[in-house]
Amino acid sequence: MFDYDFMVNAFVAAGIVALVAGIVGFFLVLRGQTFAGHALSHTGFAGATGAGLVGIPPLWGMVGFALIAGIGMGALGERLTGRDVAIGVILALSLGFGLLFLHFYTSYAAQAAALLFGNVLAVDQPTLWGLLGLGIVSLGSLAVIARPLLFASLQPELAEAKGVPLRLVSLMFMAIVALTVAACAQIVGVLLVFTLMVGPAATAVRLTTRLGLGVALAAALALAEAWLGLTFAYYSDWPTSFWITALSSGAYFVSLLPRRISSTIIR
Amino acid sequence: MTPVIFEHVSLAVGGRTVLSHADFAIESGEFVGVLGPNGAGKTTLMRAMLGLIAASTGHICVLGANARRGNPAIGYMPQTGHAAGSLRLNGADFVLSAANGHRWGRPWAGTVERKNAVWALESVGASELAKRPLSELSGGERQRILLAQALLGKPELLLLDEPLISLDPSNQTAVVDLVKRLQRELGITILFSAHELNPLLGSLDRVLYLGNGQAALGTVDQVITGPVLSRLYASEIEVVRVAGRIFVMSRGHDVETSEHQHDV
Repeated sequence: MFDYDFMVNAFVAAGIVALVAGIVGFFLVLRGQTFAGHALSHTGFAGATGAGLVGIPPLWGMVGFALIAGIGMGALGERLTGRDVAIGVILALSLGFGLLFLHFYTSYAAQAAALLFGNVLAVDQPTLWGLLGLGIVSLGSLAVIARPLLFASLQPELAEAKGVPLRLVSLMFMAIVALTVAACAQIVGVLLVFTLMVGPAATAVRLTTRLGLGVALAAALALAEAWLGLTFAYYSDWPTSFWITALSSGAYFVSLLPRRISSTIIR
Repeated sequence: MTPVIFEHVSLAVGGRTVLSHADFAIESGEFVGVLGPNGAGKTTLMRAMLGLIAASTGHICVLGANARRGNPAIGYMPQTGHAAGSLRLNGADFVLSAANGHRWGRPWAGTVERKNAVWALESVGASELAKRPLSELSGGERQRILLAQALLGKPELLLLDEPLISLDPSNQTAVVDLVKRLQRELGITILFSAHELNPLLGSLDRVLYLGNGQAALGTVDQVITGPVLSRLYASEIEVVRVAGRIFVMSRGHDVETSEHQHDV
């Protein structure tokens, strides 16, 4: 399997993205902002197709659009929480723009499926370096803001009183999410970023009540799901993104099981 | 040193004045019950001491300095029981997240922060409790975890915003007794807001009663009287004492109890 360069590239790319997505996704789940993260990936779709129009690599178009939308959402701060309708409207509008850009740049239409559902086997060397850069910037910035972010997520009023700038923290986090989403979309596509960002984190939260362990578990699960997905895809010839979604949701459903069984026994 | 001094302080939230030219001073080591009807400004008053709301007139002096954000000598327990109640996170990590949680840079808590969190949990007798996830704790147990979080940094002044909300009477007594013990053992000045006076009777030193843009500070006998409360409620109030309990009545209704029911 590793005799092929494209498989090696795919494993490295999926590995980088899975680690970043698992860790950033944990905070996204903790803050209850998963839907906002999902919407960011859709603005990324408009960015990627728009990039095709002006002739820059789709990854950077995606980064640019998602970043602008992320900072915009972050600036709305805590008011965004629960604004599902507004987020949903932005999400739909972004997909609409993506379609419009595809309409103007028809030769790009073949790429649409890859953008929406990912094509990890097509990751080339420049994209790989781009993903590595995005990963380092995302995790590096997350490490710097991690404690104020955690404090602001768990106890906003107290954090504010202790001097945490809530809006700045929220804005920086959404920018990090935007970068992660853009990286993640290269592996599993804009429609399926949930599978690496939310699935492993949600599973980790079910499995442990410890914070540090939860972060580590989310990263480990995302990595395992991404690499196993690639392996299964190689031997079955089914799409990688399908296998990753199957593993991610499978792990989540299994994590629900023991609690349900144990709570039935207790009752 | 007088920990809290209000001089001609007016506070407004969203254009509505909740306090108008109030003057009072809270003495060191006091347990002060902050009472008053809904919307009287109990939370606003605490947020002003924390420097989160600026006074529109006058001057707020807290622990010898102007009220400002991020004062480490003030402990604060906001009204956030509902949010914390759904978390599958254990209490110890929850408390630890607030230990110097405003610091940027290092993503994990250091030794000093860990020691601080252990001390805070021991102070409220919640070391064992803190191993369990918040979502599986009872309301009273969760308040102890939140109280531990407020004690981080060994504050000199503790602001507790409605710690008794949605607790049953026995848990209310347990929380009040715990706060009383902290006041005595740690010598902290405590402001404790509540809907009802009775759970705090016997523990509090003085009452700060808010209402109608005014504030009255004094002992229970000085403040909980018909004339003072009639002024604060802007309606005819009668104070009835039955078997060691005090009821604040307006036209035959117990105003404190009915307030409480509205809120739940």
